[in-house]
Amino acid sequence: MFTLETTATAAYVVAALLFILALAGLSKHETSRSGNTFGMAGMAVALIATIALAISRHIEPLGIALLVGAMAIGAAIGLWRAKVVEMTGMPELIALLHSFVGLAAVLVGWNGYLHVEHEMSESGAGAEAALLSSQNLLGIHSAEVFIGVFIGAVTFTGSIVANLKLSARITSTPLMLPGKNFLNIGALVLFFALTVWFVITPALWLLIVVTALALLLGWHLVASIGGGDMPVVVSMLNSYSGWAAAASGFLLSNDLLIVTGALVGSSGAYLSYIMCKAMNRSFISVIAGGFGMESSGAGSDKDYGEHREITAENAAELLTSASSVIITPGYGMAVAQAQYGVADLTRKLRDRGISVRFGIHPVAGRLPGHMNVLLAEAKVPYDIVLEMDEINDDFDDTSVVLVIGANDTVNPAAADDPSSPIAGMPVLTVWNADNVIVFKRSMASGYAGVQNPLFFRDNTQMLFGDAKDRVDAINAALSVGEKV
Amino acid sequence: MQIGIPRESHAGETRVAATPQTVGALLTLGYSVVVESGAGDASSFSDAAYLEAGADVGDPWAAQVVLKVNAPNDAEIAALADHATLVSLISPALNPELVEKLSARPITVLAMDAVPRISRAQSLDVLSSMANIAGYRAVVESAHAFGRFFTGQVTAAGKVPPAKVLVVGAGVAGLAAIGAAGSMGAIVRATDPRPEVADQVKSLGGEYLYVDEEAAEVSATGYAKEMGEDYKVREAALYAEQAGDVDIIITTALIPGRPAPRIITAEMVASMKPGSVIVDMAAANGGNVEGTVKDQAIVTDNGVTIIGYTDLAGRLPATASQLYGTNLVNLLKLLTPEKDGQLTLNFDDVVQRSVTVVRDGETTWPPPPVQVSAAPAAAAAASVAIAEPKTPMSSARRIGITFTAAAVLFVLIALSPAALQVHLTVFALAIVIGYYVIGHVHHALHTPLMSVTNAISGIIVVGALLQIGHGSESGGAVVTTLATIAILLASINVFGGFAVTRRMLAMFSRS
Repeated sequence: MFTLETTATAAYVVAALLFILALAGLSKHETSRSGNTFGMAGMAVALIATIALAISRHIEPLGIALLVGAMAIGAAIGLWRAKVVEMTGMPELIALLHSFVGLAAVLVGWNGYLHVEHEMSESGAGAEAALLSSQNLLGIHSAEVFIGVFIGAVTFTGSIVANLKLSARITSTPLMLPGKNFLNIGALVLFFALTVWFVITPALWLLIVVTALALLLGWHLVASIGGGDMPVVVSMLNSYSGWAAAASGFLLSNDLLIVTGALVGSSGAYLSYIMCKAMNRSFISVIAGGFGMESSGAGSDKDYGEHREITAENAAELLTSASSVIITPGYGMAVAQAQYGVADLTRKLRDRGISVRFGIHPVAGRLPGHMNVLLAEAKVPYDIVLEMDEINDDFDDTSVVLVIGANDTVNPAAADDPSSPIAGMPVLTVWNADNVIVFKRSMASGYAGVQNPLFFRDNTQMLFGDAKDRVDAINAALSVGEKV
Repeated sequence: MQIGIPRESHAGETRVAATPQTVGALLTLGYSVVVESGAGDASSFSDAAYLEAGADVGDPWAAQVVLKVNAPNDAEIAALADHATLVSLISPALNPELVEKLSARPITVLAMDAVPRISRAQSLDVLSSMANIAGYRAVVESAHAFGRFFTGQVTAAGKVPPAKVLVVGAGVAGLAAIGAAGSMGAIVRATDPRPEVADQVKSLGGEYLYVDEEAAEVSATGYAKEMGEDYKVREAALYAEQAGDVDIIITTALIPGRPAPRIITAEMVASMKPGSVIVDMAAANGGNVEGTVKDQAIVTDNGVTIIGYTDLAGRLPATASQLYGTNLVNLLKLLTPEKDGQLTLNFDDVVQRSVTVVRDGETTWPPPPVQVSAAPAAAAAASVAIAEPKTPMSSARRIGITFTAAAVLFVLIALSPAALQVHLTVFALAIVIGYYVIGHVHHALHTPLMSVTNAISGIIVVGALLQIGHGSESGGAVVTTLATIAILLASINVFGGFAVTRRMLAMFSRS
């Protein structure tokens, strides 16, 4: 018959399936909103079941009060942040949320230790410890505590550093400690050694050491990765936060945590894989360091020729005489907050019967899919926002391409120059269009430190200045044209 | 410094070295500009337009920099101020006596037609910009002389076939002619000894005729070379065949500083249909066509018009002046790196070195050769060699790796206690499901995906919920404290994550 335990288990299975439906819903724009609703429903089912379970386990009144209070405060903070966050600030917010999961996993892991192993060493034999010992599971439990705390702590500091870098509160240039790869590998080896030790003799100081070790590793891991690799880092941390939840699930023998953690973990891993493929780099090379360490100087003295400049007025003229326009935005558009101007420009051109589409490179921006969200925020219809593979063949028939704040993702050297550090990276083939207008602050090179021969092509013209100002100037010029 | 723009003295010259628009650009480089009265009349630029653009109208010969289109005559050389700089077309290779006369004066002379053909210098390459105009105009001239439509039409009064145009030489002028004739509706064919231009011809809508596939020729100077005897025989056969078929021939074969190659013989002209038109763009250097008369349009006995105008670019004076003026502005940008109106010559720069014919009365012609590679064959070979960095994993290797991983996993799980095995099963299956579900997520929704996974990874709150509230047990107070913090953090995630996802998804809208 129904007991609270079996009901909770049933609720967990339902919740897990609802989470899977939530992720499946995101495969299409049309179903994405219902997907999110499934996710919320799943979470509600899981929370109600768990709270019921906790109450049935004779939770103290103070505990209930704390539980409700903490949840209410957390919910208030979460809802408030979600309401006020700028879409350009999404990468920071997501990194920060990862860090919360990481820290929560550390705390749950610590509690697991305090509840079982510590109690055992204090009083000789705790109830839980005795039960686990009888099933030969005490060693496994200790290992689970250790792994959970380790992954959680790496996620925590890694996400904090990512958040600071993304919000430009610390420099996004990679930290270059001598022998940084040895530091990382050394930390992992030390972690394994400590795990074995802890399984044999669980001790509080070992747990403290491994927490500190993991915190340092997480900090170092992300600090030594540059700003342009952040899409990979953020999705990597997303993955870690999932594994941390899964590890907690093993620790607590809770299948819902395991399933959810595995879903989130494989989601982040898959995104990291897409990002790496889009940069033609292996995951290891992203983690092991930024671009251009070995080959930056090679092409720098090469003579690329002269670039040509264009004014906003002439650009407007070129756009009005075009039949089809493709806009390829990059992180620079987000930095300059130019997405509203770009959306305005898109509307103006579409009103004149000009086909306008967007080409999004998978690593554009600082978060997978970041550009799509920014454009959606500015009310650009999503069916004209295409990804690289969908649009790359169409550049041949395009009159004008606007490159706004992108650089490495439109670099022909990746396709033409086998000696280039970014050779083989899939790029948007903007140079096949009749005209290319590049919005750029100056002639400085992009994240990869590679000069971009696109700027010196015959069909390329540079429009220097702040992207937002320039786009607004083009809009103004177009409006003047409308009145005449 | 002051820049002088004289009125061109050469008879029939319609161009001018600066337009009101380029005057504006010169002013931004820090120069002042003085234009001779009436200088732009033939290009439809009035003195008033120059004044409005910020120039003065006056005597240009007192200026320290004089921009001209044509080479100066003796009187003009004498009129130049001492230590002045003259920029114009000079053709130094063809006019050694002119170079001598110029070097007799203490002046600096830059030849716009001596710009090396490297990509960096393309923005100042006058030969290209003028050839482009001339190619277009050649089509217009031929259309004017041709008594039929270019485009084929089916009308109520009957069917008109499209004109067939053969363009000889697919350089800048040839390509411009191909584009212009094609856009007027003609069937366009083109020949060129450099097979690498075939793609460019096709991109403009023309058909590239191969003379001989073996005679592949990559030119190191950017110009076509004269070809060997054997090649010429086959080439002649091709032209003889085409001459009887096409209505219009436009020849652009010109090798700088040498007499133009004779491509279309008198017999070929005789074989053409009456009413056909030939435009010989190489007439200035002797012509590609037998019977061309320089600067004239003649009609042969069998009714073929041969046009030998040498001023094709000048027949579009406003455009020609604008492009020539822009070429000059680009040169001055190079010579005025500080944008302070001070002209400085840097002989370390190969472009500046190449254009300088006379420096302060000292002849610096010819400059050291510049190696230009239009399509370096060696580099092409190299790129092929490196083009296979990552071969996809062979299926045997893939199966091997999969089996190894499966075996390792098997051993690990087999060694685990029974209670753990259940969890590991769930874990492994969840990873697989996660991988496939995420694989279907639309790229555009990756950010909402991240925030929703963020929200559901807040499920860790379940762990903390079960740990809280057992303060009476030993160590329970610490556990409860930590669990409270964990609940707080995870709740932020749960509520914040779902809310922000909802907000984001609401923004996506269709057109």
